[in-house]
Amino acid sequence: MIDRCNQMLRRLPPWGLYLLGAFYPAWLLYLGLTGGSGPDPVKALEHGLGEAALQLVILGLFVTPLRRFTGLNLLRFRRAIGILAFAYVTLHLLVWLVLDVQILSQILRDIAKRPYITIGMVGFALMLPLALTSNNRATRWLGPRWRQLHRLTYLVALLGGLHYVMLAKGFQMEPLIYLAVIVTLLLLRLPRQTKRRLA
Amino acid sequence: MAHRWTNTLSAADVTPKQAYLNRRQIMAGLGGMAGLAGLGALPGAAQAETLEPNSWEDVTTYCNYYEFGTGKGDPAKNAGQLTTTPWSVKIDGLVDRPGDYDFQKILGEMTLEERIYRFRCVEAWSMVVPWMGFELADLLALAGVQEGAKYVSFETLYRPSEMPGTAYPVLDWPYREGLRLDEALHPLTLMATGIFGKDLPNQNGAPLRLVVPWKYGFKSIKSIVRISLTDTQPQTSWNMANAREYGFYSNVNPKVSHPRWSQATERRLGGGLFAGRDDTLMFNGYEEEVASLYDGMDLTKHF
Repeated sequence: MIDRCNQMLRRLPPWGLYLLGAFYPAWLLYLGLTGGSGPDPVKALEHGLGEAALQLVILGLFVTPLRRFTGLNLLRFRRAIGILAFAYVTLHLLVWLVLDVQILSQILRDIAKRPYITIGMVGFALMLPLALTSNNRATRWLGPRWRQLHRLTYLVALLGGLHYVMLAKGFQMEPLIYLAVIVTLLLLRLPRQTKRRLA
Repeated sequence: MAHRWTNTLSAADVTPKQAYLNRRQIMAGLGGMAGLAGLGALPGAAQAETLEPNSWEDVTTYCNYYEFGTGKGDPAKNAGQLTTTPWSVKIDGLVDRPGDYDFQKILGEMTLEERIYRFRCVEAWSMVVPWMGFELADLLALAGVQEGAKYVSFETLYRPSEMPGTAYPVLDWPYREGLRLDEALHPLTLMATGIFGKDLPNQNGAPLRLVVPWKYGFKSIKSIVRISLTDTQPQTSWNMANAREYGFYSNVNPKVSHPRWSQATERRLGGGLFAGRDDTLMFNGYEEEVASLYDGMDLTKHF
């Protein structure tokens, strides 16, 4: 069963994911332009992109445990998932800068003074080296250091989850569920690391 | 009793200009201007700035009413099942005539009038809403405020069977709000029973809600079932949830920044994706009317 899934997945080209991934922001933008996303299209676009980016980060973190526990192999798609996550975060940031806050002095003050924005910006900054090295040349060039560098994903995921939890008003379940999923996916990786260190 | 305060916003004050003009064109095309023509036709409505009421759709589909869910569209989706008849308001505490006041009987005693107010959410968005209602002062006079009363506290209905959002501890239910007595008696402070000349939709706080236009929107408590006159400052829901972020007063103040949102500017809804931001006005534009309530107070400390 798993083998058949893996065989089928092998026939799917990773660029299909980019195509699919490009469609969603375009759809959100279309809704925003045509009044389909309600009275506050700026927030709808901003939050839609942010949430989808976080979902992609989580999807990326699922690849390894899925392979380990079920044998399902999505490794071929992980780069596309990561690059799409970065693209969504970039768009999310752009919407915030260009359509939402707009005022440079206020943007800078927001980044410095509001912890959830500071955390979001740090997360974005940490994604930059990851996006820049998500290609075959950089992978060859960095060798074993590539894996070390890309462990930054774990921190990025935590910061992303925290960013969401902190911006929610009152006690809200959804952002906490996201954070719990992220923490669980990271904890799943712990024993392996520890074992390797012990061996 | 009514008409102590004269409106300076007009029907031309609801929604950024472009959206408004588009809508006017559409409505003129449909020959449907009759409904809007009657709104806020008060003298002296000339404003340097062209604001206009938001659309019915903006006002009724973009709501914060966490008893029905935390999404902005949740109240419109989930509040339909709320039973609002019969409805009564318990008025108690330091009043001469405490008791359960039937909503229909209250209406019989009051003169309804239209008030077009700016509505500024603490989340830094805003609308302009044509409310229908009566002054809170008139309702309090009905119950007779006693000498020692200093504050008024309000409570929203808490009915889990009809309010799916209360299944989660987003806030400590029931929702509570409060005002200082002089704020409550101010002629701008409205008990709203309708919008756009119609009864309040459930998601907007039917059948009876508070509207305090110079304070952040969360002070304007919805679906009120209890009003108490007290001599001590009442507990208020958002203040209980996070005192550092939500003060008792919560006056709209562009100079006092909120830990999450700069309050210097706001996004006026209804203008679409590229509308941009406007400067937030002190006391949401009602400085002339209400500033004297806070003479001598440090508004940075009493935020």
